[in-house]
Amino acid sequence: MKYGIGLGLAAALTASVVSAEAVKPTAVVFEDGAIASSLSGTPGDAANGAILMNKGSGNCIACHSVEALSDLPFHGEVGPPLDGVADRWNEAELRGIVADAKMMFDGTVMPSFYKTNGFIRLGDAYTGKAHGDGEVQPLLTAQEIEDVVAFLVTLKFE
Amino acid sequence: MNLKPWIAVAVIGMAGVAIAQDNSTLSIDGETFVTETDAPAHLENVSTIYSGWRFRTPETQALQVDDFDNPAMIFVDQGIDLFNAVDGTEGKSCASCHTDGPEEFAGLHAKMPKVVDGKLVVMEDLINTHRQDVMGAEPWKWSGADMQAMVALIGLQSRGMPMDVAIDGDAAPFWEKGKEIYYTRYGQLELSCSNCHENNYGNMIRADHLSQGQINGFPTYRLKQAKLISRHNRFRGCIRDTRAETFAEGSEEFKALELYVASRANGLDIETPAVRQ
Repeated sequence: MKYGIGLGLAAALTASVVSAEAVKPTAVVFEDGAIASSLSGTPGDAANGAILMNKGSGNCIACHSVEALSDLPFHGEVGPPLDGVADRWNEAELRGIVADAKMMFDGTVMPSFYKTNGFIRLGDAYTGKAHGDGEVQPLLTAQEIEDVVAFLVTLKFE
Repeated sequence: MNLKPWIAVAVIGMAGVAIAQDNSTLSIDGETFVTETDAPAHLENVSTIYSGWRFRTPETQALQVDDFDNPAMIFVDQGIDLFNAVDGTEGKSCASCHTDGPEEFAGLHAKMPKVVDGKLVVMEDLINTHRQDVMGAEPWKWSGADMQAMVALIGLQSRGMPMDVAIDGDAAPFWEKGKEIYYTRYGQLELSCSNCHENNYGNMIRADHLSQGQINGFPTYRLKQAKLISRHNRFRGCIRDTRAETFAEGSEEFKALELYVASRANGLDIETPAVRQ
């Protein structure tokens, strides 16, 4: 019995370590613009993904319209509408596009949400000041990418 | 798989056609303004240029068609007072030398920025140089109320004249530098001026209707900030919003960018002081 608890605890610890071990932005492997497996190791939360579509560093609807989020005002027109996006792209492709759309569409206007280097005059968020020497955080965390992707795969016409 | 990117591109293209600048005509005190014309020859990716006025709501547009409704005119009046106010060690005002009044500067705005003695100068430079060298007065802060009131007063003297800045000769290297800045994708969002104002004018980005980013109405009264906004202040705001380290107001970079952006409006009538959202 004692032994059993110990095993269970060990298993739980291992699981939490695995889920915390996200793929670093600089270590992401793209294949034809797609990312085959989860960046966080934890399944995405579509409900949180829907929130990120409207808020914070996601703010996807600033540029894309989404019928499923029509209760929110001011959907943009810079990018294509996302209705039925899961009919056009599979999960790996959507993950790749959200993480770094430039890998799929060369020269696209879309910002790269899981990227931390290669910027010109990188600022400290929206202050207008230089970023400084600290570690650069991607616009979305690995788990937030997974959450957004989990929401996007629900956008089907069928 | 190979076709999919093209589907996306086609949809973006259609969105651009679906909503764009409106067809309104800007007329102030019976004078009709050119708010749409053929792009200057140097523009490679745009065939027609439009004033930012054409992208604004009818309510915002209306504020500019009557000078009594234009909130910027309060600041122009302050500019007239400043023009006549003695300041500095020499006991002079602007009017001491410019005896014909601000009207003396009709046409100047259309040619600014310009190169003087090998240096690119913008209106704020001219004003501060004269304040310091002729009046013995303290220079004004770039985007301060005094400075922008004076820039607006001088700009108003050219209202209705087409923008006509020189981009060749001495101006060429500054113009090339400004063009490079215009097309550079700055900050963590990796956005250039062109990404929004050349590739996506007419489209909505969140609640903003993207214009071509023309500066023929600057300094402009911005409702959001309830005061006159300088060109460099607007440049700074845009670059900051790309999560980038901005350039400073009055920097060589922004002067070069101002020349390049002004040249993209060559042919549009000056609207200074315009009213925007």
